[in-house]
Amino acid sequence: MSLELKNVEKKVGIETHIHPTNIKLEKNTINVLLGSTLAGKTTLMQIMAGLDKPTSGEIWFNGDNVTGKQVQKRNVSMVYQQFINYPSFTVYENIASPLKIIGVNSDEIKERVGKVAELLKLSAMLNKKPDELSGGQQQRTALARALVKDSDLILLDEPLANLDFKLREELREELPKLFEDRECIVVYATTEPSDALMIGGNTATILEGKIIQYGKTLDVYNKPENLTSAKVFSDPPMNIAEISKSGNTCKLTDNSVQWKSNIKIKDGIYKIGIRPHNITTYKEGNNTVEINGKVLISELSGSESLIHFTNGNLNWVSLSNGIQQKNIGENTKLFMNVDEFLYFDENNRLVNHG
Amino acid sequence: MNKTINQKAWFFVVPVFVLVAFNAAIPLMTVVNYSFQETFGNNVFAWEGTRWFKQILLSERFHDALGRQIAFTFIILLIQIPLGIGIALTMPKKGWGVPICLILMSMPLLIPWNVVGAMWNIFALPDIGFLGYSLNAIGFDFNFTQQPGDAWFTTVLMDVWHWTSLVVLLSYAGLNSIQPAYYQAAEIDGASRWATFRYIELPKMKKVLTLAILLRFMDSFMIYTEPFVLTGGGPGNATAFLSIDLVKMALGQFDLGPAAAMSLIYFFIVLLVCWVFYSLMMKNEVRS
Repeated sequence: MSLELKNVEKKVGIETHIHPTNIKLEKNTINVLLGSTLAGKTTLMQIMAGLDKPTSGEIWFNGDNVTGKQVQKRNVSMVYQQFINYPSFTVYENIASPLKIIGVNSDEIKERVGKVAELLKLSAMLNKKPDELSGGQQQRTALARALVKDSDLILLDEPLANLDFKLREELREELPKLFEDRECIVVYATTEPSDALMIGGNTATILEGKIIQYGKTLDVYNKPENLTSAKVFSDPPMNIAEISKSGNTCKLTDNSVQWKSNIKIKDGIYKIGIRPHNITTYKEGNNTVEINGKVLISELSGSESLIHFTNGNLNWVSLSNGIQQKNIGENTKLFMNVDEFLYFDENNRLVNHG
Repeated sequence: MNKTINQKAWFFVVPVFVLVAFNAAIPLMTVVNYSFQETFGNNVFAWEGTRWFKQILLSERFHDALGRQIAFTFIILLIQIPLGIGIALTMPKKGWGVPICLILMSMPLLIPWNVVGAMWNIFALPDIGFLGYSLNAIGFDFNFTQQPGDAWFTTVLMDVWHWTSLVVLLSYAGLNSIQPAYYQAAEIDGASRWATFRYIELPKMKKVLTLAILLRFMDSFMIYTEPFVLTGGGPGNATAFLSIDLVKMALGQFDLGPAAAMSLIYFFIVLLVCWVFYSLMMKNEVRS
């Protein structure tokens, strides 16, 4: 089982929504489409599902060309950001609806609905209407509807975006388990890098209708091919600064910070990308370098502290564990983990790691 | 803690009381007053108790008018609601067609009611009206001023022309508030067009349709101006709906007592039907 997009392009009027795209998704994989709003994730999914036709290019499924084949004939299911269920049906009827339409007999429907309902912790509310459920339960019902069918392709379009924080965490942990022993391809669209990391599998970083990089989630995160991919896969945004390297010595081009590095690249000007969690108020890693900053904003996010500061004429973001109180305008010293720096050449390609 | 007494709050409440008193309570109480008394000239009144109410409730004339009224309202609801939903379903959802359709749909609603009556009166005249003349020309013996069936046909057609737009606009608003994802989900399931309508569109339109039915019920049940101008309640009493009959009694015959009693009965019927209908429709709704 595999799903392959060959040179798929989508234009609406004069606007290009999807630039020619090639991607091959293998069976039993979870694939995350990671990109900001309007990057083209939903369009891509609708093309994969057959809800939308590409302007040019082909879609192959299991070695068959399915371009233009209607969605009803493709054995696909989809879950949306909004909680989409039939409003006048009970939870049971909702979950059963895709099976009824394909004509499964009622005993089997009962068994399959029961199983999926249990998996999604809906057994107690099978007789309720969607209106009477919480957002989380409504989305569980929608997920159950998608799972009950044994689809070849399950598309999840930001399924957690409309849930509150706690429900989102809870469902996000369960999601990968739901697909563990299923013969299907799962595609999961999200705007949040943390979702991709939690879900694992493969990730495609997307920007402005182009797939920037596709590969194993951790590889894409640790070794982004280029600066764009690194930026898409970083939240809070990645710190980027220009450096010059000569011999073993690297320094920011404004000379404010200097460190030793033994990476094997030519001397010259580079860009470095530093993820916020690699700049901390305490030393982390064996190889750190100090940076002086003036605090712009200091905020708490859960058990982490986000400190925005300036160094020279650049703005930086740092993310430290625990509660680190800083006053606005305070001069402070932070530590950067040199081993985690990403170096990019003048074409914004990653040249080395570490 | 001591409560401070501040009489200034009255300044905010009193104007509302005055307003409501003058536009609702006092006129209504006048009617109540008339309904229990016999009225003579020079402001001489005689107490009659519930006599007028009994008289109205038992009178054949009231039964007939009420029957005609119920039949009329029932017929126009039966036509306007499905037709309105149908038109709303076929209207474009985006593009240049939207404003054109919306303007065309609002037109009939903007025309003053007596003008609508006069328009249709002329339109349906068998000798010079386009509709009346055409029907006769193709072989129908159509004369709404003489034949009760034709009078009903014209009145119903006029009301459908005048008010279906309201149902269309409400349904259209209801349809447009359905997120596209619902349609996609139905498509993925392989649901038929009918199933999509029955299980997605109709339940999602429930609230606006309840409103549309209520508005159309109230308006058609109290209809006066248009049939008054079109048929004047005739031929005979064929299209004398409740309000036309009421005005005849109050101003034509100057029977103020029975007319007042009839007004109150009329008012309670409208109130009762609206309340029952609304409660039934909203019984299973979750308050959100």
